Amino acid sequence: MAEENVLFHHALRLGDDALILGQRLSKWCGHAPMLEIDLALANIALDLLGQGTLFLGLAGEIEGRGRDADALAFHRDVLDFRNCLLVEQPNGDFAQTMARQFLFSNWHELLMREIAAAPDARLSAIGQKAVKEITYHARFASEWVVRLGDGTEESRTRMIAGLEWMWRFVDELFDAKDGAPSLRAEWDARIARPLREAGLELPKPRRGILGGRVGHHSEHLGHLLCEMQFLPRTYPGAVW
Amino acid sequence: MSKEWPLWEVFVRAKNGLSHRHVGSVHAADAKMAIEAARDTYTRRMEGISLWVVPSASITASDPGEAEALFAPAADKVYRHPTFYTIPEHIKNI
Repeated sequence: MAEENVLFHHALRLGDDALILGQRLSKWCGHAPMLEIDLALANIALDLLGQGTLFLGLAGEIEGRGRDADALAFHRDVLDFRNCLLVEQPNGDFAQTMARQFLFSNWHELLMREIAAAPDARLSAIGQKAVKEITYHARFASEWVVRLGDGTEESRTRMIAGLEWMWRFVDELFDAKDGAPSLRAEWDARIARPLREAGLELPKPRRGILGGRVGHHSEHLGHLLCEMQFLPRTYPGAVW
Repeated sequence: MSKEWPLWEVFVRAKNGLSHRHVGSVHAADAKMAIEAARDTYTRRMEGISLWVVPSASITASDPGEAEALFAPAADKVYRHPTFYTIPEHIKNI
């Protein structure tokens, strides 16, 4: 029973990370700087929503109380969400969105490679599918960090500001309790390369903010959920 | 820097053995970005297994004003089609 519980929370965290970032990115749809980027962001958002659906579906199955992915996504309140704080951070400008994606996807890819090799066959199947998608997300975001960081003075300033904003939420990803501390060294090396290429420095170390994994979220998540959950809560059981 | 990124023509190969076919174009600042934009725009529904992008500026097009001179002379050369020739009865395979 205890083991089931651990697995449930694990799947819930993975599902919430993907769901919330997918919802965040969807906000760009129709607003991106160019049609091509609009499509790229929407594609990434859809990949993440797909992963979120699978992980939350699995969490519901493990829990065994009849909650499916939709029930978990739309009928939980903000305190019950277990996503990391990084994914709920506001989109800001395009550079800030790319900074978030860069830090997250590089971690997400490493994590998902581990999940893909997990002993639980259901987790590992989702992980294997997700790795291919996330490899592209990490590549896309890393290239934008280089392009913006090594671009104009304006783009560089914005990229630095984006990284500064997001940096506080990195430690949570590697937290000893609910994070993946063993991935830190490899992640550090991975993000160092594009930053070097962009001529950017790592943001100065600062005290990391934790809490997402235990439901202590920033004010931003409530607003996001408000929009995301409005329809199914107002019209329960509504279908297309 | 001009406000618009340059245009790239996109070619997709649907499967091994087929040639790359022109499917459209994307805007991108460099070749790498063009490949990614092409991937996101034109291969979302499993349309292909390989992509080419070519700067649109490198393409030399025929002049529509010369279409008559270039293409009309082919119109009455039906003998250039294999179907113009009757195959003798006793030829089995061709």
